[in-house]
Amino acid sequence: MDMNVKKKKLGLKEKYAHMTRGLDWQTSYQPMEKVFPQATFEGIKIHDWDKWEDPFRLTMDAYWKYQAEKERKLYAVLDAFAQNNGHLGITDARYLNAVKLFLTGISPLEYVAHRGFAAAGRNFPGVGPRVACLMQSVDEIRHAQTQIHAISNYNKHYDGFHDFKHMLERVWYLSVPKSFFDDAFSAGPFEWMIAIGFSFEYVLTNLLFVPFMSGAAYNGDMATVTFGFSAQSDEARHMTLGLECIKFMLEQDPDNLPIVQKWIDKWAWRGIRVLSLVGMMMDYMLPKRVMSWKEAWEIYFEQNGGALFADLARYGIKVPDCLTQCSEDKEHISHQTWATFYQYGGAAAFHTWMPNDEEMDWLSAKYPNTFDKYYRARFTYWRDEAEKGNRFYSNTLPMLCQVCQIPMLFTEPGDPTKICYRESEYEGEKYHTCSDGCKHIFDDEPEKYVQSWLPVHQIYQGNCFPEGTDPTAEGFDPLAAVLDWYHFNNGHDNLDFEGSRDQANFAAWRGMATKNT
Amino acid sequence: MSNVFIAFQLNEDTRPIIEAVLADNPHAVANESPAMVKIDAEGQLVIKRESIEELIGRDFDLQELQINLITISGHLDEDDDEFKLSWLN
Ligand SMILES: [Fe+2]
Ligand SMILES: [Fe+2]
Repeated sequence: MDMNVKKKKLGLKEKYAHMTRGLDWQTSYQPMEKVFPQATFEGIKIHDWDKWEDPFRLTMDAYWKYQAEKERKLYAVLDAFAQNNGHLGITDARYLNAVKLFLTGISPLEYVAHRGFAAAGRNFPGVGPRVACLMQSVDEIRHAQTQIHAISNYNKHYDGFHDFKHMLERVWYLSVPKSFFDDAFSAGPFEWMIAIGFSFEYVLTNLLFVPFMSGAAYNGDMATVTFGFSAQSDEARHMTLGLECIKFMLEQDPDNLPIVQKWIDKWAWRGIRVLSLVGMMMDYMLPKRVMSWKEAWEIYFEQNGGALFADLARYGIKVPDCLTQCSEDKEHISHQTWATFYQYGGAAAFHTWMPNDEEMDWLSAKYPNTFDKYYRARFTYWRDEAEKGNRFYSNTLPMLCQVCQIPMLFTEPGDPTKICYRESEYEGEKYHTCSDGCKHIFDDEPEKYVQSWLPVHQIYQGNCFPEGTDPTAEGFDPLAAVLDWYHFNNGHDNLDFEGSRDQANFAAWRGMATKNT
Repeated sequence: MSNVFIAFQLNEDTRPIIEAVLADNPHAVANESPAMVKIDAEGQLVIKRESIEELIGRDFDLQELQINLITISGHLDEDDDEFKLSWLN
């Protein structure tokens, strides 16, 4: 008698073993070193690539199945959002500016991450990490695409969303996240894994996505919440890859420890500097706030990062030195960054404003040691001046840090009233950095950082005007020419939120949605 | 001993998952924020396939967790029956 016996499926561990091993081959007419030329120059020694294991034990068949389901869910929400004028459901049109900063500053980097992981997968000689890098590479292009699709709904209605790719390669503040990824991508595959896989994904993306997406939910932005959480569902896998990679390097050879430690120190600081933009988003750009930057920092960096470093101590890994500086900085950076964008609001592709009284009270409560003492009076003064018709815009250009490319806006350790800068010399030229952390990075690889494309230097050298511009012509307006080269709609994308086209349109359209006249 | 954590989107898929996790890990604490819940637990956290299946009344593959997962912290070990997060010291 024939019985319909259900065939036993392979267990997860067996399936992972079958589908991620034995997929490679030894070369015959070329030596392996020539096929994998980037695998050794960084000094990392690997003896057995098969020791690599993905703890999720995810294989390509399961990957496609679950990713497809995530995509179906996401696009159903995006359709509903577009069909029902979801953009009018947000709390306040000021919120849109956080989304603009996200689209211009973060989404294009998802694309760079896609390229970087594709390259890392190509350059590692082991099959386990190659499979994991392939999945992450596909994830990252999905993130770029879904973010662009989700945010394009806003581009139909509001200013500043129209040309993010062009802007990324030119605009002064976008060079901060861009140079971060370029720095990582131009390093070798192992440093890339520490920079992006470990420092960025494991230690820092929680700070970017979790509070920001929860903030989007709080501010009624269904589209952003959905793409954010959909991307973040991949991040758990990315973090695991980053952590796995570090354990793998440290377990393979004791000589790897000092190299890995140096990269952790460097990329922790690089990442923290980039996150200043997120800090200002959380404290100033979300009309309804979930938690302060300082609180997010304490939960996701101090507690979670602390647990991680306590665990890595068994390999001899030490907490990066720069972290002592961070416990002071967490009380200041969001205020200092927002103050800078407010002053340079004429040259940003989003609107800026000063907080109202209620918001200032919230900031005082969240930052009892610093907000009233160092920032409130200045912010109140700017707000009063703006109300009298003297909105302050700075028309000079700030000096930029040679490493993180952030304007010199952070203050001296121990003295929040004095701007901090450091100076190094290399081949007879002087270079400036914003902090001991950035100076240390510069001094270690000056030959790399002297090549930085610094937007302010480039403007002064005359490289940032539209073709055919004559800077000697009478009445030449350099700022207007730069904004033109950036593809900003001067007068609409930039300047204060008060009086902006976004503000007027949102109020009018929301009125139409809630009234019959 | 440090905390491990796992965060999920809040929706109908995750309601029984969260319930099962909290029942299986009495030392775990759930913290809700808008649209998400973060479950913190000292030392380790174990998610069991069987407990979820009992609540939802159908077969469940632990890899389905990935659809609504937001973030994790700790070393992961996943097999057909358990999804375990822990710190080793
Ligand atoms: Fe991503
Ligand atoms: Fe810097």
